[in-house]
Amino acid sequence: MPHIHLGAIDYAILIVYFAFVLGIGWVLRRFVTSSEDFFLSGRAIPAWVAGLAFVSANLGAQEVIGMGASGAKYGIMTSHFYWLGAIPAMVFVGVFMMPFYYGSKARSVPEYLKLRFDEKTRGFNALTFAVMTIFSSGISMYALASLLELILGWNFNTSVVLSALIVLVYIFLGGLTSAIYNEVLQFFLIVMGFLPLVLLGLRDVGGWHGLVAKLNDVSTNAGFAAGAWTHSWKYLGSASANPMGVEWFSLAMGLGFVLSFGYWCTDFLVIQRAMAAESMPAARRVPIIAAVPKMLFPALVILPGMIVIALQTKTGGLLPIGRDGTPDYNLAVPMMLGHYLPSGLLGLGLTALMASFMSGMAGNVTAFNTVWTYDLYQSYIRPGASDRHYLRMGHAATVVGILLSMAAAYATTRFNNIMDMLQLVFAFVNAPLFATFLLGMFWRRTTGHGAFWGLLIGTAAAAIHDGLVLPMGAVAGIKGGYLGAVLHVYPSEMAQNFWTAIIAWSACFLATILISLATRQRKSDEELGGLVYALTPRIVEHDVVWYKRPAALGVMVLALTAVLNIIFW
Amino acid sequence: MNLDVRLPMGLMFTLLGALLSGYGLVSPSSIYERSLGIDVNLWWGLVLLAFGLVMLTLALRARRKRKTP
Repeated sequence: MPHIHLGAIDYAILIVYFAFVLGIGWVLRRFVTSSEDFFLSGRAIPAWVAGLAFVSANLGAQEVIGMGASGAKYGIMTSHFYWLGAIPAMVFVGVFMMPFYYGSKARSVPEYLKLRFDEKTRGFNALTFAVMTIFSSGISMYALASLLELILGWNFNTSVVLSALIVLVYIFLGGLTSAIYNEVLQFFLIVMGFLPLVLLGLRDVGGWHGLVAKLNDVSTNAGFAAGAWTHSWKYLGSASANPMGVEWFSLAMGLGFVLSFGYWCTDFLVIQRAMAAESMPAARRVPIIAAVPKMLFPALVILPGMIVIALQTKTGGLLPIGRDGTPDYNLAVPMMLGHYLPSGLLGLGLTALMASFMSGMAGNVTAFNTVWTYDLYQSYIRPGASDRHYLRMGHAATVVGILLSMAAAYATTRFNNIMDMLQLVFAFVNAPLFATFLLGMFWRRTTGHGAFWGLLIGTAAAAIHDGLVLPMGAVAGIKGGYLGAVLHVYPSEMAQNFWTAIIAWSACFLATILISLATRQRKSDEELGGLVYALTPRIVEHDVVWYKRPAALGVMVLALTAVLNIIFW
Repeated sequence: MNLDVRLPMGLMFTLLGALLSGYGLVSPSSIYERSLGIDVNLWWGLVLLAFGLVMLTLALRARRKRKTP
C-alpha cells in the first residue's frame, strides 16, 4: 500500500495544533495548587465546556476508526451505538443519577461506592477500573501508532513515544482542566477535520440518494435485502436479515440498556467531566449537552464508512484486502482522508485523527490518576497525608499511568474491529455494574455485601457465559468457548457480546437483591442521605429557567433522537 | 475559571484558517483534482477563520464584561 505523502503545509497544521495543546497545559499550570484543582478542576467548569469534554473524552480510537469500520461493515445500523446505545443513558445519568454523584461530593465513582456501600465494593471497582483505563489508553496509543505507520510510514515506536509524551506533558502541567480544555479543542478539530471529508464523499457518490442506490447493491451482493445498509430498524426482526447478525431484543436490552447504561452512567472517565462542573444544575446539564453532538456524530463517523463501502464496488475499492480475504474495514476513514483531501486539508484531517486518539488517551489517564490517588493510594497505602502529598502523587500517577499504557500499547489486538474487543471487556466488568448503581441509588435496602458479591457474581456470570458459547465461524479461544463445551452458537460476535451483557446484568441484579435481603444494612438513614433517592431531598429548580432544566432538556434530546430513528428507520 | 477556553480555541482556528485559505490561494489547481475540482483549502480555510474569529470575539467580550462589572 503506498503511503500518503504530507506536504509542508500539513506539517505546519500539525505543529500549530501541538503547540496549542502544550500551550494550554503551560498556561493552566499556574492554577493548579491543590489536589482538587488537579483531579476535579476545582469544580469550576461551565456546563458547555464540561459537556463537550464529556463527549470528546469518549471519542477515542474506538469511535472514529471503529465506527467508520462498522459503518462499512454494517451500514446505518451502526447508529444504534449512538441513538440507542448512548443518548437515553446520557439523559438518564444527567436527570436521575448526577444528583447523587455531584451532591454526595464524592471525588470519584469508586468513592461514591465507598460512601454508599463499603470499602470492598469500592476497592473492587477502583481496581478493575484502573486496569481498564490503562488498557483503553494503551489501545488508543497502539491504534494510533500502527495507523500512522501504515498510512504515513512513520516509525511505530516514535509515534508511541511522541503521543505519550504530549499527553503526559499537558496533563502533568494542568491536570483535569488541561485535559478538559484540550478535549474541547479536540472536539471542534474533529468536527472541522472530518466534515469536509463527509461533504466531499457525499458529493462524489451523488448525494444521499446516490449513496442509498449504491448501498442497495452492496446489500444485495452480500445476500441481504436491498435496504439492509440504509435502514437502522427495518431488518432487526431476525439476526439473519441484517449484516450485524443481531435481533431487536438483544440489541435493545444488551446494547440499549445494559452496555449503554453500564458505560455512560457508571464509567468514571465520563462522569469525572460532569463532576468537574461548577454547580449542581451545571453538572446535571453536562451529559445532556453532550448528548446533542453525540446524536449527530453518526453523520461524521459512520457515514465515511458507508461511503467507502459504496465506492468499493464502483472503483474497485479504496479498502485494501486483508489476509483473510475481507476488506480491512478499520482503514475506512484513513483511506477516505488520503483519497479526497489535498495537501492542506489532509493535514487538518490527520490532525483531527490524532486529536481523537489523544483525547481518548488523555481521558483515560486523568481518570486513572484520580482513581489511583484517591481510591487506591489514599485509601489503602497512605491515608491522612497532606494535600500537597496527594497532588505530588497525582503527578507521579500520571507518569506511571502513561508508562503502563505504553506497555499495554505493545500488546497486540486480535480483533478485526476494535469496537468488538472493547465491547467484550465492557461486558465482563461494566455490564453488571449498572445493576449495582441502580439498586444502590434507588433501593435503600441494598447492602454492601449485596453490592460486592452481586458484582462478583455478575462478572463471573459474564465470563462463564462467554466461555460456553461461540460466535458463528469462530474457534474456541479468546472469542469464547474456552470452558471446553460450546452450548450455543450465536450468529455474530456482536450478538454474543450483547447476550453476555444481559446475563451479567441479570445475575448481578438478582444476586444483589437476594444477598441484600439476607444481610443487615449497616448504614444508617443519616449516612445514606444524599446517596439514595428516597433519603435525598428533591431538587427545587424554581430559579432555573425552563430551558436550562435537565428534565426539559432531556425530553427535547430524546424527542430529537426519536425523530432521527424514524427518518432512518 | 481563570482561562477562557474560547481564547486559545479562537486563536488556533483563526491561525489554522489563515494558513489553509492562504495556501488555497497560492497552491496549484492540479492538487484539487482529488477533491472533485474544488479549492477546498480556500473555502474550508475561510470557514475555520470565521469560526475562530467568532470564538475570539466571544472570549474578548466576556473578558471585557468581567473587567467592568
